[in-house]
Amino acid sequence: MDFNDTAAEAEFRAKVKAWLAEAAAEYLQPPAKPWALEDFVTRSKAWQLKKFEAGYVGITWPKAIGGQGLTPMHQIIFNQEESRTFVPTGLYSIGLGMCIPTVFTHGSPEIAARYVPKALRGEEVWCQLFSEPVAGSDLASIRTKAVKDGDEWVINGQKVWTSFAHKSDFGIVVTRTDFDAPKHKGLTMFIVDMHAPGMEVRPIKQMSGGSDFNEVFFTDVRVKDTHRLGEVGEGWKVSLTTLMHERLAVGGKPRNAPGYQTLLNVANSLETDTGPAIQQTDVRNRIADTYIADEGIRLTQMRALSALSRGQIPGPEQSISKVVVAKTLQDMSAFALDLAESAGFAVEPGSDLEKLQGSYMWSAGLRIAGGTDEILRNIIAERVLGLPGDLRPDKDTPFSQLKPL
Amino acid sequence: MNFDLSDDAKTLKEAARKFLDARAGPSAARKVMDSGQTHDAKLWAEVVEQGWPAARVPEAHGGLGLGADEACVLAEEIGRSLAPVPLMSTLSAIEALLIAGSAAQQAEWLPKLASGEAVGVIAWAEGPNSPLQTPATKLEGGKLSGRKSPVIDGLVATVAIVTIATPDGPAMAIASLEGVTREKQDTLDLVRPSATLSFAGTPAEGLGTAADWVKLTERLAVLSAWEALGTADAARDMTVAYAKDRVAFGQRIGRYQGVKHKLADMFIKAELARAHALHGCWAWEADAPELAQAASAARVASLDALAFTAEESVQLHGGIGFTWEQDCQFYYRRNRLLAALIGSRAHWSDRLVRALEQRNRAAA
Repeated sequence: MDFNDTAAEAEFRAKVKAWLAEAAAEYLQPPAKPWALEDFVTRSKAWQLKKFEAGYVGITWPKAIGGQGLTPMHQIIFNQEESRTFVPTGLYSIGLGMCIPTVFTHGSPEIAARYVPKALRGEEVWCQLFSEPVAGSDLASIRTKAVKDGDEWVINGQKVWTSFAHKSDFGIVVTRTDFDAPKHKGLTMFIVDMHAPGMEVRPIKQMSGGSDFNEVFFTDVRVKDTHRLGEVGEGWKVSLTTLMHERLAVGGKPRNAPGYQTLLNVANSLETDTGPAIQQTDVRNRIADTYIADEGIRLTQMRALSALSRGQIPGPEQSISKVVVAKTLQDMSAFALDLAESAGFAVEPGSDLEKLQGSYMWSAGLRIAGGTDEILRNIIAERVLGLPGDLRPDKDTPFSQLKPL
Repeated sequence: MNFDLSDDAKTLKEAARKFLDARAGPSAARKVMDSGQTHDAKLWAEVVEQGWPAARVPEAHGGLGLGADEACVLAEEIGRSLAPVPLMSTLSAIEALLIAGSAAQQAEWLPKLASGEAVGVIAWAEGPNSPLQTPATKLEGGKLSGRKSPVIDGLVATVAIVTIATPDGPAMAIASLEGVTREKQDTLDLVRPSATLSFAGTPAEGLGTAADWVKLTERLAVLSAWEALGTADAARDMTVAYAKDRVAFGQRIGRYQGVKHKLADMFIKAELARAHALHGCWAWEADAPELAQAASAARVASLDALAFTAEESVQLHGGIGFTWEQDCQFYYRRNRLLAALIGSRAHWSDRLVRALEQRNRAAA
């Protein structure tokens, strides 16, 4: 048992490190202050192009479509080394992580040739238009409607929780094309131009105060039939390709999120009625619990990496990651804020406690994003433990005739 | 990156699983409970024949010279099968000799323990003490005096690693149990009986230093974590099978999210514990400085997983789960044995934070 790279992995890591030392020279320290959005987008595009030219984009994708034809382990090693720097990341994670694999898996060769190269170079930004106000966990209940008109489709409806919609050039959208089919059978997926007439993007203000997502409104948006992904009525199957990639992308502890070490630091700095906080049994116990969750997830990822390193598929243990990370972050943040009494309530910009206030607020969203705690528990129970699925009274009824029980 | 059990350990695990599936499990545990025997003597003879007590003993002393991985998978399978044999106690005593034994002590005891001629135990408990609190038991002039209780597997053991008071805190002595007064001590676990051992001038030898005892407790924390994981997995498997079978309100109860989510939580807690148990195994095998934190985390996480699983498995079985005839009680009771085995959850939770503080100080 060891935590070391194989010889081939070590060689690739050394190559990546050497490249980053030079290519990411201006990003070896964190930015003095957070970048404004426009600056972030400009920097992201420049960095993406640099990566592309050096052969570090689409690392696991087939060479035929412009990828590098390497293994998941190569991608992970690149990500690990890239994340030691402070290069701008995130703008392309959904597009390259989820949308483009769907485009080259289900689109025609002409469509792939038109969109994949520009996405790889970062010239065009992509977003994913799936969730709707009425359809979150139950994605197959979406109502955005697409109607055939000659060799085009006309789309009307509303999407929500779309990251970077306002900075995107294209999106993949799942629509309902047959309201008389059962819910999973009447869906069709398209590529849409985010600048097309009838598209409107509005930021959502989250309960945390920030605006990281958008609503997207479709009013008679026209899409050519050539931009359909998969067959008509096969949109559910196509969206599973996208979501499979989402499950790979979302998970683990967010970079720079507070953890057990934060709680240790806070406890070392505070006094309670009965002495220093760090000497209190309940405080020490909570530090231990947080370590077990944080490090447990990190070590669980090591287990999965070990499987990948051997060319095997990781076991089901990976499915526990987000459900543990999000709730631990929420509980740990609340506990630390409580320890600080009213100082944990008053907002002082730049303080350590402000970071914990921030993580307390956004952990509530993390417990929902990319699969709620409840859906993830269902998945573990059904796919890992083999328990029967929930009864789905809407599964076989035409969508247009559905009535809630 | 190779954070996984060795192939040899995986092979041993599969073999042990198959062997114990055919011979142990709740019904074998029930026989021992009902008969009031100290252990399943026939199974123990077969376990010895398999060479499991010899796993960690060096070849020079008649053993197999295997690694920590192999000891851990044996612990997991013993935990899963509830096998009523003193294997874990014997492996623990062997580990004490490997850490702290002189050449003469190793030569005297390891071959006997490897061959099953001797059965070992760790006698550290004196009631409400923790493993790192200085015990009342003393070793003076080669004579041991004091009272250890409960000593798990103490009725069947022939040699004991006994903790004694020293100026540096608890340390170990080794004593043959020939002529030592032993009485059965009732405990919550009815399958692996415990004893009270009374030492009154019993001949004994000191075994290593106080630091050796600390190190042994860390290795035993890892070993017990694997055992607890096995027990938790067995309790979960049994409960999943029940949830797929039991019908209420016209459905298998496993369809209800109230049931399903508890079973998912059992899996989540077990996988977290498994990651730490594997980390502990790595740190033990590598003799790494991370052993203190890894062992503590493995112990706490595995006890949490087992307690949750054992408790909720009774709950999900409903009324039948609370009966004497149903097997839930074995896991519920074994949960208490493992919780008491080598220091409580609270003790190890605090040791974990102390290990983190020490690491931070060293890094500063």
